[in-house]
Amino acid sequence: MIPLSNYLVLGAILFSIGVMGIFLNRKNVITILMAIELILLAVNINFIAFSQHLGNLAGQVFVFFILTVAAAEAAVGLAILVLFFRNKRSIDVDDINSLNG
Amino acid sequence: MSVLEAIFYLFATVLVVSAFMVITARNPVHSVLFLVLSFFNGAALFILAGAEFLGFTLILVYVGAVMVLFLFVLMMLDINLQRMREGILNYLPIGAAIAFVLVVEMAMALSAGGGGEPVATAGAALGDGEAGNTTLLGRVLYSVYLLPFEVAALVLLVALIAAIALTLRSRPETKYQVPGQQVQVRRGDRVRLVDMPSEKRPSTGGDDSSAES
Repeated sequence: MIPLSNYLVLGAILFSIGVMGIFLNRKNVITILMAIELILLAVNINFIAFSQHLGNLAGQVFVFFILTVAAAEAAVGLAILVLFFRNKRSIDVDDINSLNG
Repeated sequence: MSVLEAIFYLFATVLVVSAFMVITARNPVHSVLFLVLSFFNGAALFILAGAEFLGFTLILVYVGAVMVLFLFVLMMLDINLQRMREGILNYLPIGAAIAFVLVVEMAMALSAGGGGEPVATAGAALGDGEAGNTTLLGRVLYSVYLLPFEVAALVLLVALIAAIALTLRSRPETKYQVPGQQVQVRRGDRVRLVDMPSEKRPSTGGDDSSAES
């Protein structure tokens, strides 16, 4: 059986990679969405590791709900992205400033 | 190192490397494909931790649906790659610094907590192997977590309607059928019977032979 700390360190590394991806790719909205998926995967790994460690099924149920919400988020995010591209012909983050005061 | 740990380290290494390639790949299609690879490895780690159902769900839902959606959107959009790549080096120091701080903080939190004994918690316990992971998860999901399960279905429905409503557009130049008007049409609207006398047969024979030949 793999110790809990291995999973937690892996989750921490994955989370940091996701956050770094958001900071690095200031130009591309779709890469930011992928970085969010990476962060959610890191959270899921932590949940599953604790579920195994504590012998409790609640963590896996939460992962189930996180998967549901993440799928919904990806669908709506991509729909907004398509709409934005249709209006501005670009998915650059710097172009998303229509709501500037 | 046991075999199980070796497998864990293999999958974890590939997962971290492919996750790093997701955020640094030059082509967004490549980064989607690397994300697929990292989801496969994440699913393997789920299965290694005893969550078989969620591992397969990750592959089916994420790789099969969400990543394909990403690919479709990427291929539909005409993205200027050169413009997208500029300025990545400007943000590298701050991104690396924040990632480093995050890793250090999480390592401190992990080491401060210590590896104590598992706390006895309330809630559904993992089985002792008499029933599979899927059976146990289904039992809990349809009894204890029934209301959140229904709410999750509602969330998916709302996302479905929202995605359709956001991307639906009406083009004025497109012609659509109107079934109501099609059904309501009468014979008199389409067919007009005219009464006219029959024509006389032309008397010249040359026309007949040229028409037959």
